[in-house]
Amino acid sequence: MASVTLKEVSKSFGAFDVLQSIDLTIEDGEFIVFVGPSGCGKSTLLRAIAGLVPVSKGDVFIGGEQVTDVPASKRGIAFVFQSYALYPHMNVARNISFALETARMAKAEIRQRLTRVADMLKIGHLLDRRPKQLSGGQRQRVAIGRALVSQPQLFLFDEPLSNLDADLRMEMRFEIAKLHAEIGTTMIYVTHDQTEAMTLADRIVILNHGRIEQVGTPRELYDRPANRFVAGFLGSPRMNFAPVHTDTSSGLLHGPSGFVFATSGTGSSQPVTLGLRPEALEIVEAGTAQSISGTFERAEDLGYEHIAYVRLSDDLVWTIRSTEPLSGHARGQAVGLGWQIKDLYLFNEAGIRVDVEAARGPVVAVQS
Amino acid sequence: MTQTSDRYSNRTYRRLKALKRIGLYAGVTLVLIYMLFPYYWAIISSTKTRESLYSFSLVPSLDFSNYISLFNNPIFMGAIVNSAIIAISSSVLSLVISLLAAYALGRLHFKLSRIILICVLMISVFPQVVVLSGMFEVIGWLGFYNRPAALIFSYLLLILPFTTWVLTSFIRDLPVELEEAALIDGCSRMRILTHVLLPLMGPAIASTGLLAFILAWNEFLFALTFILTDENRTVPVAIGLLTGSSRYEYPFGQIMAASVTVTLPLLILVLIFQRKIVAGLTSGAVKG
Ligand SMILES: Nc1ncnc2c1ncn2[C@@H]1O[C@H](COP(=O)(O)OP(=O)(O)OP(=O)(O)O)[C@@H](O)[C@H]1O
Ligand SMILES: [Mg+2]
Repeated sequence: MASVTLKEVSKSFGAFDVLQSIDLTIEDGEFIVFVGPSGCGKSTLLRAIAGLVPVSKGDVFIGGEQVTDVPASKRGIAFVFQSYALYPHMNVARNISFALETARMAKAEIRQRLTRVADMLKIGHLLDRRPKQLSGGQRQRVAIGRALVSQPQLFLFDEPLSNLDADLRMEMRFEIAKLHAEIGTTMIYVTHDQTEAMTLADRIVILNHGRIEQVGTPRELYDRPANRFVAGFLGSPRMNFAPVHTDTSSGLLHGPSGFVFATSGTGSSQPVTLGLRPEALEIVEAGTAQSISGTFERAEDLGYEHIAYVRLSDDLVWTIRSTEPLSGHARGQAVGLGWQIKDLYLFNEAGIRVDVEAARGPVVAVQS
Repeated sequence: MTQTSDRYSNRTYRRLKALKRIGLYAGVTLVLIYMLFPYYWAIISSTKTRESLYSFSLVPSLDFSNYISLFNNPIFMGAIVNSAIIAISSSVLSLVISLLAAYALGRLHFKLSRIILICVLMISVFPQVVVLSGMFEVIGWLGFYNRPAALIFSYLLLILPFTTWVLTSFIRDLPVELEEAALIDGCSRMRILTHVLLPLMGPAIASTGLLAFILAWNEFLFALTFILTDENRTVPVAIGLLTGSSRYEYPFGQIMAASVTVTLPLLILVLIFQRKIVAGLTSGAVKG
């Protein structure tokens, strides 16, 4: 078990800066998830921690010791690859015990550890098979077994479930959570599946363009996103945004038609964008007080939830999510979208979230 | 609606299909005859007596006197042993060297690797005659003249570019993550090569090794130039220098018998490794 500290870690491939001055502290025993759009540098950051790619600048500490130049095999880590990277020519037993064999561990001890890991992952009956004779889920278990057997102080996972189908993914997600609860080793997990991130993580690290956008518990990131990027990244369907502007004379914030919000006045952090999550919206009669007006586009029934699309303007369509059916409106019918101040997010020019209560003016929103 | 008016009846299409198949087999047969006839001709000629040699006949006459006199020829038998030693050692040696080179060129990223690969490719483009005299000097300096070492050494020059190139592209095709996994498992570069990459390269090694062997086994020019005495000759030269019972007789039957004899090991090897060769050659080509 070990903590991990990154100090101003940067990585460039040629002139291309993949990671830019990453500072991060991971506590001993934490389950940390890196998420971010494709190409944002998640894998590179994980590989830098593993020692598979050298960092260009900055320092990496594992368990309080500086390991920036220590080779991967001496960092006490285990890595689970997206493609599993099992040795195709070795059977499952040898795949798992190869690291121990390389370290010249005694045969008896190897066998003992192998049995324990195989029992834990329920792969005892597969030990004689080659990787290509295994299903995707079984390969995944073997890959985790290979990581477990060397009893690392830090587990690194790079999108381990992305090659599995939805059912199996859920099952393995549960298993990984269980594994963490059992052994309590620090784990860093890369994914771009936000369900995995939200369900597994003690804390989530959101990356974008090689920078950390925000670090926090899933709840914190969801309820209090630091900026527009984080707000738009977490949540499915994603948050609805619309441009707003402040009328300097009245102090009223104008947005999509029907939206009015009184601000406390002018300042450097004038909101320019508003955000409302799909589940915070409600379809109401057109013209209802305090509602945003639009025209109904279409409804989707997913069984357990219902999604509707409402057009606010030519290039702006908002999503509404509800557990209640949202059909019953004709395409093109004028509707209103009800919302509440507690669900409102505002973002300034730089995309930073503006605290709604602080921005709120003395006049409670009035209808125009 | 799709257009259905200008089509033939189903029966016509069925006949057309049959016709196409007949055409295909006829074509394949023609090509096979074209390719196999020289070998067949050599086999027939080798079993003909001296008298019937110049009469045209497509059936073998099953007279093995040529083979018997060939196997009683100490120079030829010695040449087979020489050839075997030289071909095996040069192909094994080139496999070992090119495997190490290929790992470095294909995986360890250093600036020169591209340039080196291009040089390697260029070397393999030179015709043998170009390097002949330079090679002659080098072999003289090394004191290898008229020794099997001269041929092993010079064949490396012929074989290495090709084996290095093929193995490099093969190594590049292997997933990097496999190696990273091995690195994390604590393997040294050498152990990665021997325990992870090598077992996966069976097809590539078999195919390049075999082609290297064939190249060395059949080589004529260097073998003729660098070897002086009969007891050190290799097979292709020995065959070329076979003499009949008199100076003026060209021992055509014996030469054919010798050719058939030395082709046999190659054929057997190719048949044994046939699957792997195809797999090895295509995996590099298709993915690379
Ligand atoms: N060896 C390399 N040489 C050059 N550029 C690289 C190299 N490895 C990664 N990159 C670049 O670095 C950026 C980040 O790559 P990385 O693999 O970390 O992304 P990621 O966040 O893991 O994306 P994904 O979700 O698609 O896996 C990408 O733009 C990629 O093209
Ligand atoms: Mg990645």
